[in-house]
Amino acid sequence: MVMGDLKFCPKEGLSRWVEELSREHTVLVPQQAGDAVEFLPFAEGSELSLDRQPTAPPKKSVFPQTETLMRFEYQKDPEHPDRQTLQIKETLPGKEKTVILGCRPCGARGFSVFDPVFGQGEYLDPYYQARREHTVFVSLACRHPENTCFCNWVGGGPADSAGSDVLMLPAGGGYVLRPVTDQGRQIVEVGGFEDASPEQQTEADRLAEEAAENLSPAPELEEVPDKLFELFENLDFWELMAAKCISCGACTYLCPTCYCFNISDEYSGLQGKRIRTWDNCMSNLFTHEASGHNPRPTKAQRLRNRVGHKFSYYPKLHEQVFACCGCGRCIKSCPMSVDIREIVLSAKEYADE
Amino acid sequence: MKYVAELKAKIREKLPELDVVIGWKQGFDPVHASPAFMTTPEEIEQLVVNPLCVQNLATYLPGLKGKKVGIVARECDTRSIGELLQESLIEREELTVFSVKCPGAVDLVKLRQQVGDLGRVRSISFDGPRVTVETPDESSSLDLGELLPGKCRVMAYDEPVLADFRFVDPDQDTVCREEADTDLVALEQMDLDERFAYWRGHLDRCIRCYACRNVCPMCVCQDQCIADTRDPHWLSAETDVRQKWMFQLIHAMHLAGRCTECGECERACPMDIPILTIRRKLNREIHELFGYTSGMDVDAVPPLLTFQPEEKSITEREW
Ligand code: SF4
Ligand code: SF4
Ligand code: SF4
Ligand code: SF4
Repeated sequence: MVMGDLKFCPKEGLSRWVEELSREHTVLVPQQAGDAVEFLPFAEGSELSLDRQPTAPPKKSVFPQTETLMRFEYQKDPEHPDRQTLQIKETLPGKEKTVILGCRPCGARGFSVFDPVFGQGEYLDPYYQARREHTVFVSLACRHPENTCFCNWVGGGPADSAGSDVLMLPAGGGYVLRPVTDQGRQIVEVGGFEDASPEQQTEADRLAEEAAENLSPAPELEEVPDKLFELFENLDFWELMAAKCISCGACTYLCPTCYCFNISDEYSGLQGKRIRTWDNCMSNLFTHEASGHNPRPTKAQRLRNRVGHKFSYYPKLHEQVFACCGCGRCIKSCPMSVDIREIVLSAKEYADE
Repeated sequence: MKYVAELKAKIREKLPELDVVIGWKQGFDPVHASPAFMTTPEEIEQLVVNPLCVQNLATYLPGLKGKKVGIVARECDTRSIGELLQESLIEREELTVFSVKCPGAVDLVKLRQQVGDLGRVRSISFDGPRVTVETPDESSSLDLGELLPGKCRVMAYDEPVLADFRFVDPDQDTVCREEADTDLVALEQMDLDERFAYWRGHLDRCIRCYACRNVCPMCVCQDQCIADTRDPHWLSAETDVRQKWMFQLIHAMHLAGRCTECGECERACPMDIPILTIRRKLNREIHELFGYTSGMDVDAVPPLLTFQPEEKSITEREW
C-alpha cells in the first residue's frame, strides 16, 4: 500500500464528510431508532450512532426486504370480454450510488456470501447486481469485540477489509481511512483529508491488533462441514439443540448472510406487482408444499437447516467458505439465547465421540 | 436465591416421574440466561434462579403436550400457566409446577441504557436491590428497581396462581409493584395523529420476524397464523408499515382478555419495539367490560371463550 493512500479524518470531520457525500449519494449511516440502531438515510441533523454494533446489518440496502421484480396490469379487451392482455413493466433498480458508512467489517463481509449465489456463475440476479455495483461500503473497524463476536472463527477480524471499499480505523481522536477499492478511493477523495501521519498509522494498527487479541481464540472448524453432514439423520441431536428455539425469524432476518426469499404476486384489482421478500428457514411455511406435505415439520429440522446451510452445505458448494461472518446477531437477538457457536461445537464434538 | 439448593433437590426427586423439567441456566454471556431442558442430574446442577432469568417458560408448555413436564415458574409465569389451563391448551395432570419466589427481573434494554453495549459486560452480580455490573471501562452500581421491565411495575404478585411445590426466600420481598401504567397513559393522552405517528415511527423498523408471536405463551395458532396464509390473503408479504401494524392489531385482538401481560412479546422483539402497551390497552378494555383478569383463576371461563345472551355491561338494545 502506498503511504499517500492513507488519510486521516478527525472525529469532527466525519459529519462534514458524510454531508458532502450525501449531496450526490444516498448515504446510509447507523442511527438510533427507539432503542435499536438502524441504517437510515443521512439527512441534515442526523446523528451517527457508532458505538454499538447496529441492531440490523446493512443487508437490506443491497437485498431489500421487499424487492419489486416487476409490475403488471391486465387489460380487458372491449371486443372480447373473455380475453385480456397482460402488460409487464420492468422495475430494475436505478443506478444511483448508495454509500453505507459505519457498518462493521462483518456487515460488509456478509455480501461476500451473497456474491457467489446472486452475482456470479450461470444465473445472475440483475436486481442484486445493480444494487451491489452501486453500493460503496465504508466500514468502521471494531475496537471492542463483544461477547457474541466470533468473526475470527470464520475468516474475518475486527479490521477485516473483505467486502469493504474503505476501512475506517480508529486512531488519535479520529479515523485513519484506508481505501480498499477504487470506488473507495473516490469516496475518500471527496473528504479532502490530509495524509495520515506515521504515528496515526501506528496507533491504528495497534488498536486493531488489540481488538483482535480481545476475541476468544478460534477453534479448528475444518471438519465441521462433514460432521454436520453425518449428523443430518440424527434427529435426537437436533431436537436437543432446538429445544429452546421458538422458531421465529429474528436470527435469520438480522443475519448479514441469510439470503433466502419468497416470491409472491400482490394484486389490487387488475394491477399488481411481483415481489421478492425475505423468507426464513425457521418458519414452518418455508418448506410447506402445495400438496400439504412439509419436509421440515418441526423446529429441529428447521434449525438443522439453518446451521447446516451455513456450516456445511454452503461451504461444500463454495470453496469451504462458511456462510456466516461471525457477527453474533443471531445470538444476542435470539429471545431464547440460542447460540450458533454452541451448536457448531456440539456437532464437532458429537461426531468425535 | 437461598432456595435454589432445595429446589434442585426437589427436582432431582421428581425427575424420575417426569420427561423433562424446564428451568433456566447461565446463557452465552454474563447477562443472558437461557432456558434449560433438564433430563439428567447434571443438568439440574446447572439450574439458576436470578433476575436475569427473564424467559417465561410457560411458552413451551403447549408444544410439550402429552409429556410429563416440570416447570420452574415465577408468580407471574404461573398466570400464563393458569390461562393455558383455562383454555384447555395443557393438561393439569401432565404438569408439575415448581413455583419460585421471583427474585426480580432485569430489562436488558434498560440495562443497556445504563451501562452501554451488553456485549462488553464482564460480570453482573446481585445483592438485594443492588446490581453491580463490570465492563472493561467501569464498574456500575445500579438499583434493581430501576431496571425492572415495565410489566413488573403495573401488577404485583405475592402468590402463584397454582403450585405443586413452593420455594420462598424469607428475606426476599415481592419486587414487582402496582404503579400507574404511565406508558399507556402517555399514549392515551396523545391525539389520534400523534398516536398514529408514534406507531408508524416504531413499527417502521419491525422486520416481521414474528418473535413477538412465537414467544407468546397464549399465541397458540403458531404455524397456522393468519399472518402467514396466502389464501385468504389477509396480509400482503410486503414490508410496509401497514402490514406490520395490521399484524400487531391482529395479535392484540386475538390476545384480548387472554394475554397475561407477561411481556414476552416486547422482550423478544429484536428491534426493541414497545408493543406491550397495545396488549395492555386491550386487556384494560376487557377488564372494564367484563371485570375479568386473565389467568388468575384456573376455574374461570374467559369472557371471550363463552357468551351470555345479554352481557351486563354491553348495551345492545336501547329499549
Ligand atoms: S434460534 Fe432464536 S431467533 Fe432463531 S428461530 Fe430460534 S428462537 Fe428465533
Ligand atoms: S449466522 Fe449469526 S453470527 Fe453468523 S452471520 Fe448470521 S447472524 Fe451473524
Ligand atoms: S401478548 Fe405479549 S404479554 Fe400478552 S401473553 Fe403474549 S407474550 Fe405475554
Ligand atoms: S418481534 Fe418485533 S420486529 Fe419481530 S415481528 Fe414482532 S414487532 Fe416486528
